[in-house]
Amino acid sequence: MAPSRGCGGKNFYDTLYGSLVYHLSDFVTMSLTLEQVHRIAHLARIEVDEAEARRTLGQLNEIFSLIETMQAVDTQGVEPMAHAQELAQRLRPDCVTENDQLALRAAFQAIAPEAEAGLYLVPKVIE
Amino acid sequence: MIEFSLAEIAQALASREISSVELTGLYLDRIARHNPQLNAFITVNAERSLAQARAADDRLARGDAQVLTGIPIAHKDIFCARDWLTTCGSKMLGNFVSPYDAAVISRFHEAGAVLLGKTNMDEFAMGSSTETSFYGPTANPWALDRVPGGSSGGSAAAVAARLAPAATGTDTGGSIRQPAALCNLSGMKPTYGVISRYGMIAFASSLDQAGPLARSAADCALLLNCMAGFDERDSTSLDRPREDFSRELTAAASSRPLAGLRIGLPEQFFGDGCSPEVMQLVEAAIAEYRNLGAETVAVSLPSMQLSVAAYYVIAPAEASSNLARFDGVRYGYRAPAYDDLTDMYCKSRAQGFGAEVKRRILIGTYVLSHGYYDAYYLQAQRIRRLIASDFAEAFRQCEVIIGPTSPSTAFRLGEKAADPVQMYLSDIYTIAVNLAGLPGISIPCGFAAGLPAGLQLIGNYFTEARLLNVAHRYQQATDWHLQCPAGHA
Repeated sequence: MAPSRGCGGKNFYDTLYGSLVYHLSDFVTMSLTLEQVHRIAHLARIEVDEAEARRTLGQLNEIFSLIETMQAVDTQGVEPMAHAQELAQRLRPDCVTENDQLALRAAFQAIAPEAEAGLYLVPKVIE
Repeated sequence: MIEFSLAEIAQALASREISSVELTGLYLDRIARHNPQLNAFITVNAERSLAQARAADDRLARGDAQVLTGIPIAHKDIFCARDWLTTCGSKMLGNFVSPYDAAVISRFHEAGAVLLGKTNMDEFAMGSSTETSFYGPTANPWALDRVPGGSSGGSAAAVAARLAPAATGTDTGGSIRQPAALCNLSGMKPTYGVISRYGMIAFASSLDQAGPLARSAADCALLLNCMAGFDERDSTSLDRPREDFSRELTAAASSRPLAGLRIGLPEQFFGDGCSPEVMQLVEAAIAEYRNLGAETVAVSLPSMQLSVAAYYVIAPAEASSNLARFDGVRYGYRAPAYDDLTDMYCKSRAQGFGAEVKRRILIGTYVLSHGYYDAYYLQAQRIRRLIASDFAEAFRQCEVIIGPTSPSTAFRLGEKAADPVQMYLSDIYTIAVNLAGLPGISIPCGFAAGLPAGLQLIGNYFTEARLLNVAHRYQQATDWHLQCPAGHA
């Protein structure tokens, strides 16, 4: 990655791990580590095993070397473009639009992995 | 009948030369015969399609038919259709029978079209070959060992093999235009906001746009007439007056129908990146346009080379956010065994998503994470602005931009599947159009070693009718688009 550029003034590992310890070599290789892959996967709530993480690491580093070509361009003063059309958010009245709500709920919950009495069931969160 | 244009089919239905039930049955029969080799469809439901065809026949008999009434249309499996399995090419939605219709599906229903089936696609539209589908790859009807392109590869293969008169697709980085090019079809991505995204399963919301895949530009215009229009349920839908996208096509044919048209040729489309055999066909098409009266002018899109890099930040960032909804709680796949709620999320998503989708979610999660947002996401959005400005500048000098759609003809199944970056680079000519939000169309422009190549036409915002006419005039002068793959005539 490009720790020397635009990472909010913090270094590569500080931002991701809050660690103060890093080595010069981390900057030279400019690539993701296996630990970072596990960390990102956890943030994304996707379980990865060790073999998959290793495979993913190589692919992500190749993809990021493509993405890094962006960093060569000076974009100072360019307004970021979030969207193709300059649109203002349309507002709508805050009112009920669906009338047969119980039937709709039944239709939507019919395809739920687990539902009961109008509720979606998940593993117990609070003991 | 299978070579009829949509207008000719409509005529045959209106004159009772054929019924919708007969027509739908004919296509269902072709699907039954050819789909086992092609895998173009994920779901076919003959009983339901024929019921719709009977209703269409009643409507035709009553005399209140529209142009698409009774015509079977195949839909990419990204469009939610009520009571139809809607998988988006993923195991995650392998049991998702949609409780509602997408806006595009509703519009075809209102027009009286028949839903012929749901077509195969790259998982969550992430791919350029239809190989990332959980339901297996689709084969290209022009060469069964080659990809049809993607992500709308099932729709493209179905129309190319004459298993459907026309189909819908979606295009986030080229997913309509590239399969159209690789399967010898006409496929259009309209201006962002012209077709409602309601009920179209989201990949990258600021780029996703639906459009038609058909055998001619004239057919695309009729489909676009049905699909386009304001929808308050999509917050980015544009409230514009209705327009007839085929209005320019009816002008009388002449020897120089495009006299006065200025075609821009961007130097970046004509560099080393394109295979020589595709480039030769593109050059020949440009020569044909000169014969039709157009003049060409050199333009430049200097930031276009950065479009793939910017796209692979922006699209995964939006995807990682959009796909957060797939958590195994309200619908879709839930892992059979887990420890607690977090483990249920992690296992359901690990088992429900395929490798490419996971890769893109991880890229998106990373570029949006604290400390990296400015370096990646904001930088990509600034480059997006530069790309849009390049187009704005180019359109001061020309009306239509022309170049190749894809740098090569159809590649072999498996050829790029293990190399994500090579696969991403195959969209080099299409991605910039999505980033800018412009309309683009790919039309057939010839064959190299028996495989079709596509010519891409790009217009300024809201010039769909003009683009379709520029494509149509070429199709009046050439017959590339009429070619049919062997064994499917």
